Amino acid sequence: MTGSIYETWRAAVTDHRPVSLATVVEGPGTGAKLLVGEGIEPLGTLGDDDLDRVVLRDAVGELAAGTSGVRHYGPHGEAREAAVSVFIETFAPPPQMLVFGAVDFTGALVRVAKVLGYRVTVCDAREVFATTRRFPQADEVVVDWPHRLLARVGDRLGARDAVCVLTHDHKFDVPAIIGALDTEVGYLGAMGSRRTNSERLERLAAEGADMEAVRRRLHAPIGLDLGGRTPEETAIAICAEIIAARTGRTAASLSETTGPIH
Amino acid sequence: MKEIMADLDRWRTQGKRVALARVVDIEGSGPRLPGAAMAVADDGEVAGSVSGGCVEGAVVSEALEILRTGDRRMVTFGYSDDEAFAVGLTCGGTIHLFIEPLDW
Repeated sequence: MTGSIYETWRAAVTDHRPVSLATVVEGPGTGAKLLVGEGIEPLGTLGDDDLDRVVLRDAVGELAAGTSGVRHYGPHGEAREAAVSVFIETFAPPPQMLVFGAVDFTGALVRVAKVLGYRVTVCDAREVFATTRRFPQADEVVVDWPHRLLARVGDRLGARDAVCVLTHDHKFDVPAIIGALDTEVGYLGAMGSRRTNSERLERLAAEGADMEAVRRRLHAPIGLDLGGRTPEETAIAICAEIIAARTGRTAASLSETTGPIH
Repeated sequence: MKEIMADLDRWRTQGKRVALARVVDIEGSGPRLPGAAMAVADDGEVAGSVSGGCVEGAVVSEALEILRTGDRRMVTFGYSDDEAFAVGLTCGGTIHLFIEPLDW
């Protein structure tokens, strides 16, 4: 097996570079492949130059949208024909989670986030707490103020990503939340008791945060109301809320609801 | 396919021949989305999954057959399938798999 398409795909996925792999699944040349990705020359061929050109365009589209699916073409890439079926599979880089605050709950949240496939960064300005030894499963541990990390990486955050603020310390939390609201991050949550939370909201208002955006985007106190107490249970409640926020579902038990599950 | 990369690499290193089955399309209720992948080595070792466990056994037989013949193709499993396969999805959905030798 020389497999240069496999090897190129493998290298891209390992480096978290997005790629789309187009495979003819029905029609002439079944099994033929075309690999498309940022920073690589298109590799392979579906057996026809015009078909390659059209599928390349569609694969770039699927890549941008992060979606996968079967598309149908004529033998030379014609629209509204179905001689050739091509499965375009997109391999997106993992979503990112930034966890601010190297506290007791952080380790459990890192572990659960890894189960869900996140690339996890733990960030805390306090050097003694923010160590890789305490968070061996984190992909990255950064000693810095949260808002400074956000200023560096915030423009890379998108709808699939999450920011979880666990510090419980207004001097860290408030700039972190204001910084996160400046990004396109899909989920933003902050930990704390109801009392901590109301004080934090006052501070946010005093610091000039866009309170309409706070109301719309900030999940605080963070997590679903599962009633758990341990760091692990709390981590599940946070990650469950992240999933429900993404899907727009109610997070009620399926036994209490009706309608399609997926 | 990402999830089973470590197994694919190990089998390739060991010189095993491998068939790859990927979900390319689903209709109705289905537990796994397009892209869900399962691989079968020529000695019958299996990695990954393509459904909730309903069709994996049949996929192994198909994959081994495809390794023998080299005949890559779409395989459909569904509740109301035309008796071509004795298995279906208990959820009532239909899944379309593409199974091929991993020789690329």
